[in-house]
Amino acid sequence: MSDIVVSARSVSKIFGNGPEQVRALDDVSVDICQNEFFTMLGPSGCGKTTLLRLIGGFEQATSGDILLEGQVLNDLPPYKRPINTVFQSYALFPHLTVRQNITFGLEMKGMPRREANGRADEMLDLVQLAPYGDRMPSQLSGGQQQRIALARALAPAPRVLLLDEPLSALDLKLRKEMQIELKRLQTETGITFVFVTHDQEEALAMSDRIAVMQAGKILQIGSPRDIYESPTHRFVADFIGESNFLHGEVRQTDGGAAVLTLAGGREIALAAMPVSGPRDNVTISIRPERLALYARNDQKDGLTGTIRDIVYFGTDTTYHIDLGPSGTDARLTVRVQNREGEGREFERGAQVGVTVPVDAIRVLAD
Amino acid sequence: MKIDTSNPLWRFRGITPMAMFFFAYLYLPILVLIVLSFNENRLATIWTGFSTDWYRVALSNDDMLRAAKNSLVIAVSATVIATTAATLAALGMARQRFRGETGVAAMLVLPLLVPEIVTAIATLLFFVAIGVQLGLISVIAAHTVFCIPFAYLPIRARLDGMDPALAEAANDLYANEWQAFRRVTFPLLWPGIMSGAMLSFIISLDDFVISYFVGGAGATTLPIYIFGMIRMGITPEVNAVSALMLIISIVFVSISFLIDRIRY
Repeated sequence: MSDIVVSARSVSKIFGNGPEQVRALDDVSVDICQNEFFTMLGPSGCGKTTLLRLIGGFEQATSGDILLEGQVLNDLPPYKRPINTVFQSYALFPHLTVRQNITFGLEMKGMPRREANGRADEMLDLVQLAPYGDRMPSQLSGGQQQRIALARALAPAPRVLLLDEPLSALDLKLRKEMQIELKRLQTETGITFVFVTHDQEEALAMSDRIAVMQAGKILQIGSPRDIYESPTHRFVADFIGESNFLHGEVRQTDGGAAVLTLAGGREIALAAMPVSGPRDNVTISIRPERLALYARNDQKDGLTGTIRDIVYFGTDTTYHIDLGPSGTDARLTVRVQNREGEGREFERGAQVGVTVPVDAIRVLAD
Repeated sequence: MKIDTSNPLWRFRGITPMAMFFFAYLYLPILVLIVLSFNENRLATIWTGFSTDWYRVALSNDDMLRAAKNSLVIAVSATVIATTAATLAALGMARQRFRGETGVAAMLVLPLLVPEIVTAIATLLFFVAIGVQLGLISVIAAHTVFCIPFAYLPIRARLDGMDPALAEAANDLYANEWQAFRRVTFPLLWPGIMSGAMLSFIISLDDFVISYFVGGAGATTLPIYIFGMIRMGITPEVNAVSALMLIISIVFVSISFLIDRIRY
């Protein structure tokens, strides 16, 4: 990829001291590139906001370096970093008008007022709120405040824009609109966006790359497609979308292929032996939509089971399959897209076969 | 009056007379004082006719005016010093948690709870011990002490209600610590500071016990002067002066209340 703008090198952050100390970030390294929409995704407490605050300069790393275009930023206060932030609470200055909010950063950088006002009008146009310059922030709706917060942070043309769960306070419809809006703004301004969210859909929809974080560590970095289709960790596969997890023992078969034997003795073909790790306790993940059902009397090879539950979702139907015999807890979720005249033959309690395409199987690292 | 029947208290029939009695108990004496300040008679308690003469007498009494000026100088000085100190204290206390924070917070508001006579005697003895001459300066110093908690509380309340991200946002937008304070924190804190200052001012203006103990001969304040007048008999002039003080107090407390309601 292109030039690296922001890097974290072996960054750790410990809050508190003594027995109450919390390791918010644990030896995290990441490179964020020019013009990238980079998302840090994870549950609350995973360290994503801490990393964002370290980049913004609001916290100091316990160890490790934060770099901007190769320069170490560690001791630089926020006001000396060409980085701006959209805060979760927006943090619009309530005593200033919308225009004064937007010109604040420009004036602090020493831009003459006339020029700053011109730039503010450009920004208001960019976020499609041109007529609102003279309003007070409290007179705007949540979605409008959000746009003003964006305009304010983008106005000084920062090298990097940090966004701390900016959409979490908006309702679903507005959030979807703002997702598209954010992506548009990022493309139009060409500024690197570093976005923090716990919402996997949001992350998939907007990002160029996603870093999935858990317990202060980055588990996997990749494009939305990589993260979704080839998760490397159970946590990633579970946190993003839905996944089936199966455990068993792998064994080499002829021609370089391998086979996974489940606890009940059922076998699933793998494309190859996993490169590393133990052989007797392997976890694989399969996305529900990659599986297919067929009536059992088709007599093909593969897994069989009983339909325990059918949930109809409109665009698709989800089947919960017990891989039986009872006593084994192996279950599969299969999602089938609804097409005219299909799927009717599957009823609760029916015996079915499940097709597992070899290329849908991901062997997880843990 | 619109009655909210959801409050079960309203089903008690005696509630209205009770409330009226309560307010009468609170305000009737003050009302009587104001009415009698317009009494024409030399004897304050015998009503003979309406007159504003006593206000004219009061306002042309040089001793009274000197006392009023002393009170004003003391109140303004104590307010400025106390409010400044309280603002700094509130900023320091709100920034981050530290060991012994609860103790420090308690120490800050303790002067509100210590019996005033104790503070008065202690301050007097202290001043005498370190050789401070009693006068305006000693009164200002003593007033500053009990004004600080009154100024501190509304400022701290404002600060606690402020999103900490606002100061961070200012820093983020290239404002250094001082600029962030001047352009964001201070304007947002201003109503709290004003409200605290108004309260301090009134508390200082009204104070009797401490002023009486630590004020020297040259530092007679208005409450002390009124006390002196009363000893020579209650005239409508005392009533008039008291009514004027009441008006000043009401004006300042109202301003303080209104400023504190400013929300952005």
